[in-house]
Amino acid sequence: MTGHEPHMDPATAREAATLGIWTFLATEVLLFGGLFTAYVIFRIQYPRMFYDDHLKLDRVLGAVNTIVLIGSSLTVALGISAIRKGKVRLLRMYLSFTILLAATFLGIKYLEYTEKFSHGLSPGTDIFFSLYFMLTGLHGIHVLAGMVVLGAVLYLAGKGKYSESYHTPVEISGLYWHFVDLVWIYLFPLLYLVG
Amino acid sequence: MKEHGPGNVGYIAVWAALVVLTAATVAVSYVHLGMMNVVVALLIASVKASLVALFFMHLRRESRLVWGFALTPVFFLVLIIAGTLSDTLFR
Repeated sequence: MTGHEPHMDPATAREAATLGIWTFLATEVLLFGGLFTAYVIFRIQYPRMFYDDHLKLDRVLGAVNTIVLIGSSLTVALGISAIRKGKVRLLRMYLSFTILLAATFLGIKYLEYTEKFSHGLSPGTDIFFSLYFMLTGLHGIHVLAGMVVLGAVLYLAGKGKYSESYHTPVEISGLYWHFVDLVWIYLFPLLYLVG
Repeated sequence: MKEHGPGNVGYIAVWAALVVLTAATVAVSYVHLGMMNVVVALLIASVKASLVALFFMHLRRESRLVWGFALTPVFFLVLIIAGTLSDTLFR
C-alpha cells in the first residue's frame, strides 16, 4: 500500500452514487410537485380558462418536442450501453447526439415562446399562462443544466476518464437526463392536450 | 460486467413504444370525451413514465433500497396534492 487506499470498494461506491442521484431526483419531484399542485387546484377552479387557453398552444410543436426528448433519452441509454462495453468513441457519438437533440428541444421551445409573446400571451396573462411559463421555464432550465452536465461527461470521456470498469458519472448523469424526460412526459399532455 | 440491461434492441423497442404512445395521446386529444380525456392522457403518460423508469433508468434491475428511494417522492407528491385538495375543495 502506498498510502492511497480507496474509501470503499467500487460496487459500494456505485451504489452510494445511485442512491445519491435518486435522493436528488426526489427533491426535484417535489420542486415540480408544488407547481403541479397549483395546476390541479386552479384547473378545478377555472376549468373554462384552462380549456380555452390550452387551445392556444401548438400541440403539433409540443408533440414534436416530446419525440425529440424521447429520442434523446434513447441516445443516452445507448451511450451508457456502449461504455458498459468499453466503447468510448460510441459513447461520445451518442452524447453528442443527445446534446444536439436537447438544443433542438430548446430551439423549438424558443419558437413557441416567441410566438406566444407576439400574440400578447405572457406569464402575466392569466393563471394558465403563468403556470405554463413557470412549468415549461423550470423544465427548460433543467434541459439546459442537462446539456451542461452531458457536455462535461462528453469532455471527460474524450480525456479517457471512462472505461468498461468505471463509468459511474455517465450512469448518474443519464439518470438525471431521463428524469428531465419524465417531467416532460407529464407536462406535455397536461398543458397542451387537456388544459 | 454482464448483469446489465435489456440490450440495444430492447432500448429501441422501448423507444418505439414511447413514440407510439405519444402519437396515441395526441390522437385521443382530438376526440371529445369530457373528463375521460384527462383520465386517458394521464394513464398514457404514466405508462410512458413507467417505461422510462423501468428500462431507461434501469429500475427493473435495481435493489429494493433504490426502489424505496424512487417511490418515496411519488408518495409525498400524492400527499401534497391530496392534502391541498382536501382544503380547497371543501371551502
